[in-house]
Amino acid sequence: MIPFDYQRADHAEGAVAAVGDRSGATFLGGGTNLVDHLKLGITEPELLIDITRLPFDAIDPLPDGGVRIGATVRNSDLAAEAIIRQRYPVLSQALLSGASGQLRNLATTGGNLLQRTRCPYFQDVTTPCNKREPGSGCSALNGYTRNHAILGASEHCVATHPSDMAVALAALDATVQVTGPNGQRGIPVTDLHRLPGDEPHRDTVLEHGELITSVDLPELPRSTRSRYRKVRDRASYAFALVSVAAVLEIEGDTVREARIALGGVAHKPWRASTAEQALRGAPTTEESFRSAAEAEIAQAQPLADNEFKLPMARNTLTATLRDLAGKESR
Amino acid sequence: MDTRIDLRVDGEQRSLTVDTRTTLLDALRERLGVTSPKKGCDHGQCGSCTVLLDGRRATTCLALAVAHTGSEITTAAGLSDGDDLHPVARAFLDHDGLQCGYCTPGQICSAVGMLDEAKAGWPSLVTEHAEDSAALDESELDDEEIRERMSGNLCRCGAYTNIVTAIREASNGGNR
Ligand SMILES: Cc1cc2nc3c(=O)[nH]c(=O)nc-3n(C[C@H](O)[C@H](O)[C@H](O)COP(=O)(O)OP(=O)(O)OC[C@H]3O[C@@H](n4cnc5c(N)ncnc54)[C@H](O)[C@@H]3O)c2cc1C
Ligand code: SF4
Ligand code: FES
Ligand code: FES
Repeated sequence: MIPFDYQRADHAEGAVAAVGDRSGATFLGGGTNLVDHLKLGITEPELLIDITRLPFDAIDPLPDGGVRIGATVRNSDLAAEAIIRQRYPVLSQALLSGASGQLRNLATTGGNLLQRTRCPYFQDVTTPCNKREPGSGCSALNGYTRNHAILGASEHCVATHPSDMAVALAALDATVQVTGPNGQRGIPVTDLHRLPGDEPHRDTVLEHGELITSVDLPELPRSTRSRYRKVRDRASYAFALVSVAAVLEIEGDTVREARIALGGVAHKPWRASTAEQALRGAPTTEESFRSAAEAEIAQAQPLADNEFKLPMARNTLTATLRDLAGKESR
Repeated sequence: MDTRIDLRVDGEQRSLTVDTRTTLLDALRERLGVTSPKKGCDHGQCGSCTVLLDGRRATTCLALAVAHTGSEITTAAGLSDGDDLHPVARAFLDHDGLQCGYCTPGQICSAVGMLDEAKAGWPSLVTEHAEDSAALDESELDDEEIRERMSGNLCRCGAYTNIVTAIREASNGGNR
């Protein structure tokens, strides 16, 4: 680890200026991903700006019926918050299925969104990796690809995004509020992360120095039901092989609206728009759920070691929809 | 880059100068001689470095010491008052919830933090009706709940069965 300076920020403008002014500066949240990367030599910042004392640690109702989640709210606090459990259970479930109790007490909303891939080659600095070192090649392509992408990958990178929370936020149509050297802007969560293309080293659309200040959830119609379902190698404390966040509005025996995102399958939370379209107006039957899931997964392109993710994604999506159709509300 | 920090560790005020790269775990073990938290994986994966950080359970191997100056830290050793063991530590002993004992301080801190979380009504992934924010009666924590909530602590000796029994009993005891 190379030596670095540390500063605790006490206002957002100062934090943005401090990072924006120096290419070697970066924000520090709970540190559960960044410090790991410092140890592994994946990143070598010269200045850390600790943002955990900024006044972004509250969960507030918004006037339009939504909820604003501050960027430094801890994952555990967010999962336990009554308004989240009651109105956005999919988000609470996604958070509770990520990491462990101790880590969730440290991890922040902003840091969780910006955590980097768990691709083992990315984490091993002795192997080529286009995401870590642009132009060096992708070791996964000719390596072991069990945990890699089946959707939206490129010949330059086949990594998946690891966050569970981000998958739920994508299905909830959340908006990320950021402030940066060029002012403030709101970015739909679904547009925050990028597909790899030929620039896999850029995980997101954020510019250097842009600070996430909050994540805003829109109000959901009362009749909405939502659920997060995660499939992994062991019962708990493991990253997703495949996960599903589904938000459904059901009227009688018909799906009125469906918002679905998949995790563990792509370089970003994968908004399943093909399945959503197939579901709108469809009956709440096993057949229509299965055919919507099949339509979505028909676009998938498995790698040498992860063909199993196709039926896994199809079945997990179908089962999640079936569960939701059998529920009373939310 | 050296920085001066203050920590309150097991009730004692400690001040020290650390390089900014020092983790909280290394500050405790290598600099302050507080060896109750153990270094297992050093990458957040095993839970053996768990302490109570400002009252909440947290791993310390991915936490930078400088970022936690001013914090109150309680280690497994500090939970007990001399030979008077904390009820959770007592239950571990009574139920033989340790083999080599390496993961034990982390398990105990994690269990204490976890029982407080349950008492505060925090849900877990196995909690039925996570939508209900009514406080969970911690004496209702069944084995499945205990396993889920303790899943961040790995025991390479596989003492899990007895650890679960110990925590179940400690949670029923209620006199923490
Ligand atoms: C053993 C282990 C298991 C895990 N399992 C899971 C899992 O199953 N599911 C899951 O989703 N996650 C899992 N995680 C990842 C964990 O959730 C993340 O490490 C955590 O959420 C990151 O949050 P942080 O606040 O610690 O971020 P940090 O490590 O502090 O920061 C991460 C990145 O975000 C940047 N950043 C932080 N905050 C902001 C902000 N407000 N604005 C702009 N940039 C910012 C930092 O500069 C850094 O680049 C696991 C982690 C570990 C160690
Ligand atoms: S899949 Fe992406 S992150 Fe993994 S080695 Fe290839 S380029 Fe690197
Ligand atoms: S040493 Fe900290 S989690 Fe393993
Ligand atoms: S008792 Fe040996 S590691 Fe748990």
